[in-house]
Amino acid sequence: MNERPDGLDRAWTDLEAIVGREYVWPASGSDAIDGLQPARIIAPRTAQEIAQVLQYCSANGLGVIPRGGGTKMGFGNRPQKADLILSTERLDRVIEHAWGDMTVIVEAGCTIENIQRTVGEHGQRLAADPLWPEKSTVGGLLATAESGTLRIRYGAVRDLVLGVEVALPDGSLIKAGGKVVKNVAGYDLTKLMIGSLGTLGVITRAVFRLHPLPAATASYSASLSSVDESVKLLLAILDSHLVYTGLQVRADGPDHIFVDVLTEGIPESLQDQYAKLSRIAVGHTFAESVSDPWKARQELFADAGAAVICKCSVLPSQMGSLCEVVFRHAKSAKVAATLVAQATGVAEVRLDAARPPSLAEALKNLRAEVDRLDGTLVVRLCPAPIKEALDVWGSVKDAVPLMEQIKGKFDPARTLNPGRFVGAI
Amino acid sequence: MDSHLISEFRSIVGDAGLVTAAEQLRTYECDGLTLFRVVPELVLLPACGEEMQAVVKLCHRERIPFVPRGSGTGLSGGALPVKGGVVIGVSRMNRILEIDVTNARVVVEPGVTNSAITAAVSAHGYFYAPDPSSQVVCTVAGNVAENSGGAHCFKYGVTTTYILGLEVVLSDGSLVHLGSKTMDFPGYDLVGSFVGSEGTFGIVTRITLRIIKKPECTQTLMAAFNSSSEAGGAVSSIIASGMFPAAMEIMDRLALEAAEAAVHANYPNCQALLLVELDGSAREVELLMEKVGPICTSCGAWELRLAKSEAERVAVWKGRKAAFAAVGRISPNYLVQDGVIPRTALPRVLGEIDRLSAEAGLRVANVFHAGDGNLHPLVLYDRRIAGQEQRAMTLAEDILRLCVEAGGSITGEHGIGEEKKQFMPVMFSAADLDAMQRLRSAFDPYELCNPSKMFPGTDKDFQRPIAYQPHPIEKAGLAQRY
Repeated sequence: MNERPDGLDRAWTDLEAIVGREYVWPASGSDAIDGLQPARIIAPRTAQEIAQVLQYCSANGLGVIPRGGGTKMGFGNRPQKADLILSTERLDRVIEHAWGDMTVIVEAGCTIENIQRTVGEHGQRLAADPLWPEKSTVGGLLATAESGTLRIRYGAVRDLVLGVEVALPDGSLIKAGGKVVKNVAGYDLTKLMIGSLGTLGVITRAVFRLHPLPAATASYSASLSSVDESVKLLLAILDSHLVYTGLQVRADGPDHIFVDVLTEGIPESLQDQYAKLSRIAVGHTFAESVSDPWKARQELFADAGAAVICKCSVLPSQMGSLCEVVFRHAKSAKVAATLVAQATGVAEVRLDAARPPSLAEALKNLRAEVDRLDGTLVVRLCPAPIKEALDVWGSVKDAVPLMEQIKGKFDPARTLNPGRFVGAI
Repeated sequence: MDSHLISEFRSIVGDAGLVTAAEQLRTYECDGLTLFRVVPELVLLPACGEEMQAVVKLCHRERIPFVPRGSGTGLSGGALPVKGGVVIGVSRMNRILEIDVTNARVVVEPGVTNSAITAAVSAHGYFYAPDPSSQVVCTVAGNVAENSGGAHCFKYGVTTTYILGLEVVLSDGSLVHLGSKTMDFPGYDLVGSFVGSEGTFGIVTRITLRIIKKPECTQTLMAAFNSSSEAGGAVSSIIASGMFPAAMEIMDRLALEAAEAAVHANYPNCQALLLVELDGSAREVELLMEKVGPICTSCGAWELRLAKSEAERVAVWKGRKAAFAAVGRISPNYLVQDGVIPRTALPRVLGEIDRLSAEAGLRVANVFHAGDGNLHPLVLYDRRIAGQEQRAMTLAEDILRLCVEAGGSITGEHGIGEEKKQFMPVMFSAADLDAMQRLRSAFDPYELCNPSKMFPGTDKDFQRPIAYQPHPIEKAGLAQRY
């Protein structure tokens, strides 16, 4: 199972000395990352213990895969080394909810749902709606910079984080940012860490800014049969005074499209918003959504073992072109395609086919088209043979040397998630 | 500087892009922070990205340190020249390159002013959200370097939220593209890392930013209070009611007097004035504004005045934005501070500032972004009176320490620069600062780009090191440092 079974017994004993014997246990087959089997799972209780574990692993050449809720372990390239999984499951507390300041301090292993429940008691929320909130943790959310529907109004997760505490591979525990909503003291290491897929350090704690829970919300959906019409409608809403907190396009074919609008506010203004929406949507009918359309993104990932799911980012005005190429290449490769796109231009696309070669072909063609649109395509999940043949991140052009420099400064021994990130960092 | 080298610089930027005369160089000896002055060897004003790259390559070859400069409005000395170094200004690169209203994107050269962006897109019903008080003159490149804020960032966020892509020249002269026009460019968030790096990572040559739709309706209420603490209490109550105003600003009596004298905004005559601005859909703004008034009254406001027209609203903001400069009318000299505290600490910290001010025998005017807890205490003094400047500096430092002890920051939007670099250890541990240095060395291994800024102990002439010491509350395990 383990690629290097010899000589690691000593390492496990040493690591047990840091976190306690009962918190180092053998990994099972379900812990494998893209088929690579780690030997142990280690679950420290404190940020200091995480820092010590990293220092030990870095000094002894072990490959560490940080893990929160384990919901996104298929993201990224196949790691080059995975000796152990560093689990943040025992750092699961909400440390402080300063509701008067609308901030919350949480440990990395705290689930998103737990945060929402805690701050909800004071009528507040973290204005982020990542996938699988009941399982996914703060650490995983920040490492992947996952964003959802609310981003269009409240910004990406990077805009909601005020500060982080991070354990670095050299054993130091650093703080970046703070707990106040405005702060430009020093470099913004918080931003550097968010979205770095755990390749620079392990986030152990985060401070979020919060927003008030809306008094009322309403979702409306319109059904359309043309890509052009849908994008026209989307752009008209973007250019309007409608105060939406979500704006989404769902499509499973070029003639089967929904446009969804989420509005939030005080009840009196919601009626006003609906009237406004109807005026903008000339020739289309928005009705209250029947099922929750904002779950569509997550539903895309259901039973996705044999499917390809990728994130395409284009300009809002190119959403029509994106839909067109997705369905054209799906059709020619005999692949079923489903698309859930936010009006920010960030779309999740799922491709299903009985034969992997058709999937690979559709994916290759789609990436070429997205590159032509000056957009980006990142593969989130795909069958192993497809992953082996491509870089899930695509081309990052001239910024790779700088990224390698940064990796070298923070993780010179390539301890953390080696090979999983952009440019095989 | 060696005349051959000057000729070489001239061959890149031409006479129009070169400043060598002693009296002209003095224009560049400081920025908005006039406490420190260094005359640069040379000022270079490239007209395009190619010239910028060539200038930086030459600096790199000769290992000449360089300081990037926008309009020089920064308040922390970020554009202060370094001894033996050159200043590279971006003011001649001032074209708006692309306006894409459909996608709400604008591409600009670094020397475009903040206001010029809004001016260019206003007719389409859009605006550029970050609004530092100097927005009419300050450049976008300067905003990027300092991660500038403004009065409306409580709701809209600061510069970093709006920057999507950067083209930068690194200290070895290489040109690198960070981010892109689309969201979520794969890889490390190099744009987020670069914004706020105070000109120490490289020089920006092109910026892709986001604009947003102007709200349908904006209303501004002025509420008069008998003290800043009461006004601060109203801010907390408004937020506790679940509202999210576009801006909440407080000006105290001294600041009001100064602003009134400068702009005649017709503010109520009071000890503290709270400005509350709501924006959004017309119906919602109207309904919510009906709630704001009573909340203010219940917190002690004795006069409420809603700006009746757009002209009146503009005048209210003009006075607020002119407040710093206007203080010059009531005091020969002043120091501007920029500490941030958790909003709920406002009444206590304001009380403490009053106490410190009385103890020091110096007046402190307060103008601040109350929604963000971002204070701007202006310490008033007279340099001609022996000892006053020193006392003013000590008072300003005490105020910063107070902010950090309250769980806040030494700067919310003005930056560290030269001014506050000795204070970094008050907020950050040695390990924190070391991590920052690692990032810096990844961008600028040669330490050529704005060296000696932001970090303590790098300038022999200005040594006031203050070691980090845990607060008693922290030592007792009752609070963590953040």
